[in-house]
Amino acid sequence: MAQVFGRVWNTVSRLCIAAVVIGIGVVAWGAFEIQRGPWVTREGMARPQPVPFSHEHHVGGLGLDCRYCHTGVETSSFAGLPPTHTCMTCHSKMWSDADTLAPVRNSWKTGERIEWTKVYTLPDYVFFNHSIHVNKGIGCSTCHGQVDEMPLMWSVVNLKMEWCLNCHRAPEKYIRPKDEVFNLHWSPPDDQEKLGRQLVKEYNIPVERLSDCYTCHR
Amino acid sequence: MPSMNDVKTSTRELSSANVPPTQARLWRTLEELVDSPSFREQIEREFPAGVGELRDGVSRREFLRFMGASLALAGLTGCGSPPAEKRLPYVEQPEMMVPGKPLRFATAMPHNGYGIGLLAESHEGRPTKIEGNPDHPASRGATNAFAQASVLDLYDPDRSGMVMHRGNGSEWGRFIEAANGQLADIRRSRGAGLCILSEAITSPSLLDLQRQIREQMPEASWYCYAPINHDNEHEGTRIAFGEALHPVYDLAQAARIVSLDGDFLHSDPGSVRYARDFAAARRVRKPGDAMSRLYVAEPTPTVTGSMADHRLPARARDIEALARGLARRLGVNVGGADVRDARQRRWLEAVANDLKANRGASLVIAGRSQPPAVHALACALNHALGGIGKTVSYTEPLEGGPLNHERSLRELVERLEAGDARMLVMIGGNPVYTAPADLNFGQRLLNWALPKDAQETKRLAVHLSTHYDETSLLSHWHVPRQHYLESWGDVRAYDGTVAIVQPLIAPLFGGKSDHEMLALLTGNVDTTPHALLRDYWRRRAGAAGFDAKWDRWLEKGVVPDTTAKLREPAAQNVAEQLAADAPAEADGDGLELVFQPDPTIWDGCFANNGWQQELPKPMTHLTWDNAALMGVQRARKLGLGHGDIVKLQYAGRTVEAPVLLMPGQHDEVVTVTLGYGRWQVGEVGEGAGFNAYALRTAGAPWFGGGLRVSPTGGKRKLANVDMHHVIVGGEIKKELQPEVVVVAEQAHAEADDENRRLVRTAPLPVFNANPRFAKEVDEESANPPLNSMFPQYAYKDYKWGMTIDLTSCNGCMACVVGCQAENNSPVVGKEQVLAGREMHWLRVDKYFKGDAADPEIFHQPVPCMQCENAPCELVCPVGATVHDHEGINNMVYNRCVGTRYCSNNCPYKVRRFNFLKYSDDTHATIALQKNPNVTVRSRGVMEKCTYCIQRISAARIEAEKEDRRIRDGELQTACQQACPTGAIVFGDLNDPKSHVHELKQSPLEYGMLTELTTVPRTTYLARVTNPNPALDEGHA
Repeated sequence: MAQVFGRVWNTVSRLCIAAVVIGIGVVAWGAFEIQRGPWVTREGMARPQPVPFSHEHHVGGLGLDCRYCHTGVETSSFAGLPPTHTCMTCHSKMWSDADTLAPVRNSWKTGERIEWTKVYTLPDYVFFNHSIHVNKGIGCSTCHGQVDEMPLMWSVVNLKMEWCLNCHRAPEKYIRPKDEVFNLHWSPPDDQEKLGRQLVKEYNIPVERLSDCYTCHR
Repeated sequence: MPSMNDVKTSTRELSSANVPPTQARLWRTLEELVDSPSFREQIEREFPAGVGELRDGVSRREFLRFMGASLALAGLTGCGSPPAEKRLPYVEQPEMMVPGKPLRFATAMPHNGYGIGLLAESHEGRPTKIEGNPDHPASRGATNAFAQASVLDLYDPDRSGMVMHRGNGSEWGRFIEAANGQLADIRRSRGAGLCILSEAITSPSLLDLQRQIREQMPEASWYCYAPINHDNEHEGTRIAFGEALHPVYDLAQAARIVSLDGDFLHSDPGSVRYARDFAAARRVRKPGDAMSRLYVAEPTPTVTGSMADHRLPARARDIEALARGLARRLGVNVGGADVRDARQRRWLEAVANDLKANRGASLVIAGRSQPPAVHALACALNHALGGIGKTVSYTEPLEGGPLNHERSLRELVERLEAGDARMLVMIGGNPVYTAPADLNFGQRLLNWALPKDAQETKRLAVHLSTHYDETSLLSHWHVPRQHYLESWGDVRAYDGTVAIVQPLIAPLFGGKSDHEMLALLTGNVDTTPHALLRDYWRRRAGAAGFDAKWDRWLEKGVVPDTTAKLREPAAQNVAEQLAADAPAEADGDGLELVFQPDPTIWDGCFANNGWQQELPKPMTHLTWDNAALMGVQRARKLGLGHGDIVKLQYAGRTVEAPVLLMPGQHDEVVTVTLGYGRWQVGEVGEGAGFNAYALRTAGAPWFGGGLRVSPTGGKRKLANVDMHHVIVGGEIKKELQPEVVVVAEQAHAEADDENRRLVRTAPLPVFNANPRFAKEVDEESANPPLNSMFPQYAYKDYKWGMTIDLTSCNGCMACVVGCQAENNSPVVGKEQVLAGREMHWLRVDKYFKGDAADPEIFHQPVPCMQCENAPCELVCPVGATVHDHEGINNMVYNRCVGTRYCSNNCPYKVRRFNFLKYSDDTHATIALQKNPNVTVRSRGVMEKCTYCIQRISAARIEAEKEDRRIRDGELQTACQQACPTGAIVFGDLNDPKSHVHELKQSPLEYGMLTELTTVPRTTYLARVTNPNPALDEGHA
């Protein structure tokens, strides 16, 4: 009886084995990339909000300071979202009939809170503190990007631990003078690393300790 | 497979073994003392047998089969982005509120009528943690376990949230209607028929309302009843001084203290302060430092007894004879024959001589359970010893209303019987459950409340209570009561200082406050408790500048100049008065039954509090149950062991209770604690313990003879944790040695190198002669810590460390609850505790030394040691536990895969594993209590003490923002802050001026198991005792 499998099958079987191995690799790589990609991290994807609040208009156009609304950013772990009252300081007079502002007026009238969708979400086991970053020369735009050019908010980073550690391991690459923290258009100078090292020293930043687990996880 | 329960000693094992005379040995449990096989098995295991098994009837294999399928599917859920989270900013942000930053408010907790000043931490409006108020005299910054656990009561999902009428839901408005209908009649007859029953009240504003009610309705009657009351104290001072007075002790001034069955370090209204002062007076740092001495005579070991330099086990009914004997020896000539027992005589001689030598610095304290005569004798003794005005002062009674609770309740019962009462308003309390059994309060309340025929006048029983409890069940109306964190009020501390009770949150369950209920009786329906309180204080303090004063009181938490007026009591001739009724030498009518408040559940009011239920009771380490405590010899005679159910027959009533063997218990005494066996309690307290009130009689509420104990043959599993997490280092030798050596005068030579020397202690003279006695154990050891080949890591920045002073620690357990509250530690339940799965990060080990009938007792809190060479870190396969640059052993939950190797390799047994998902996320209110700065752990994750890293982190961030270092004292761990005695000190070892640095230099400082070269950051200060040389009882 003739061979069921001719010699060619040797090659085929080898190819199959290789294909399986490569296939698993490709699937794993794909999954890995998907996990890190915007489909999962929502990096670069604008989030719908109950009121289409535009940072582009309020910050870029009107020139409001970050701290006008995010009042806790220098003192607290949480930067803070403005209470309805803050919106109404202007919007009881301006655009007081606009349809898009109906939820704000409704909140003011009924006392019900506005439900905003969080844009930068960290896992529950990560404890982030805004105030220490802002007080040590990490600018808003380092993590939040050009907020003044965003009609709706999106995240400009993927918030992976790797991304946090990039800075925690080498803050000199990202640090800026304290008086530039709220400047959204600050860009690192050519000698950033040199300046950075100087600032890290000046601001007493314990770089070695920044990558301890308990710095963020507890 | 042996389960935890088998490991618990059986009677046979214990009774068949001879208890060896042990002089220099310490032991944790009786099992260890007799070195039973079950104990050996226990320590050879990392966790009790079967701890890793599932316990719900599904075998591990079966479970895996199901899990295989679900795991395959579960993998997919990891894909996709996390659900969008919502953020809800305020509409109008409250003043001073910065989301993310907690606020602290001064308030006070009324407990048994007396207050302790607190600072309550609030996260965005949720009170989450209780700390002591440093400005309040009863607290001085510390708390007790009750205060720590009280915040959980606020969120108890079983709290009543609805006005109830005859078992049906109703409304406050309809209650007012019904009450006013009844009150209209009553007012016409100037209050005749109105009965009000309250617990002990010290609140000035409530007492003012009481006065208003009396003025409006002079015929109304006010009754007071608390099952744990100060009747004897008030009656005793009446004998001694002609008027009821309230003693306030100054332990800081007392060089010699005698406690006659008084647990003043744990269950007195001033206990937190007393414990602090007592510890301060015993703190020796260098040879020659003065140290006070404590003598205690008591039937059953208490926290106070465990701190005694000389503890005399005595029947409760013999205490009076002892007090008389002491009085006679100190020149107060009272009648009665002297004590017959030779040991007691010797004890009395030595104590009397010691007190005589310390005139003006001596203090005699009588316990609340002792009859008035003992209190009168204590007064007379303090007078004779010149202590009045120095170590003790007497003030006007702080409680308002009837001072004799027992008589008051009896009168109320008679009124109910007579039938002329028309309305009974019960403000708090739970008399149906807590009243002495012979008063039959529940039945009488029911008889009175249900009219026999239509002609009878309508009656109304009203109960204001946080829970729909036993008393609510038998009342016409139940009104939910506010928790102290929800209500306005005021309360006086043990020394009379008033603190304003300030609410932190609107009533979660829509409760009403005591003030509102009483105001309703005065016809004042439209007011608020806040307005009532301010009105009262405005009247008292004057309208001028009142608002500013009020704000200051709220901020400080103390109303200045409100300490109780001191009396200069005129000593009556106590001797003459007491000579007449000297008790006959207590007869031998069998066993004595002693009632005590439960150390965690109190009178039953904490029965539905999971933290308190699961808190090991200081002396027994029992959780979730009470038991009939029995001496070892007696149990052996009766053939009884742990958990054997016995019938307790006493005064014509019978209760079945499990037995617990208690070393140090007087052999003729059986002790039961109150507060358990409730039948209308809630999910947590359901089925816990037996009801000791069912044996309590009004004539003898605290003890009595004639108890009969008979075995029933039944058994109850008792979840006591003293066999869990036993430390044994190194390999286990065939001849297992208990791990502790006591350094006595000549004990060094006997120090066995196999011994682990965990607790080190010496009497004061040894310390004076050789202050480094604790360190010498290591130095002279044949097995000293090894030096590493590699240079030690240099900790350049902060270097966190802790010392725990074993001379100060009295084992009260406040630190354990404080840790649980701060660190979101779950409650696991009795079944899980039995399996050895309790989750407390901090445990307090208890050691006995000497004869089981009368041992010395030691407490040793054991948190994570934060070893510099941590054995746990080496074995973690995923790097989930690693060291940081400040020397803290980090536990990273999100990395942990649950191999439990770390726990296996931890010589101190301080790691806890989440075998199941213990955190309660099914009850919305419980989640409100959680500390937002600590991860709520899920199943399959190891956890342990972090030195309160969230607090370190917060302090560090604040310091770094100001470009400075964290100041010493700025940062406290939760256990340190809770501790009433200041035994726990935490801080930066690199700061040469820090308190902890100073203590680490102390000659008393030593580390546990340092021969393993773990280099623990948590170390201990050896315990120094101050025995009387004239009383050499074999105690080193």
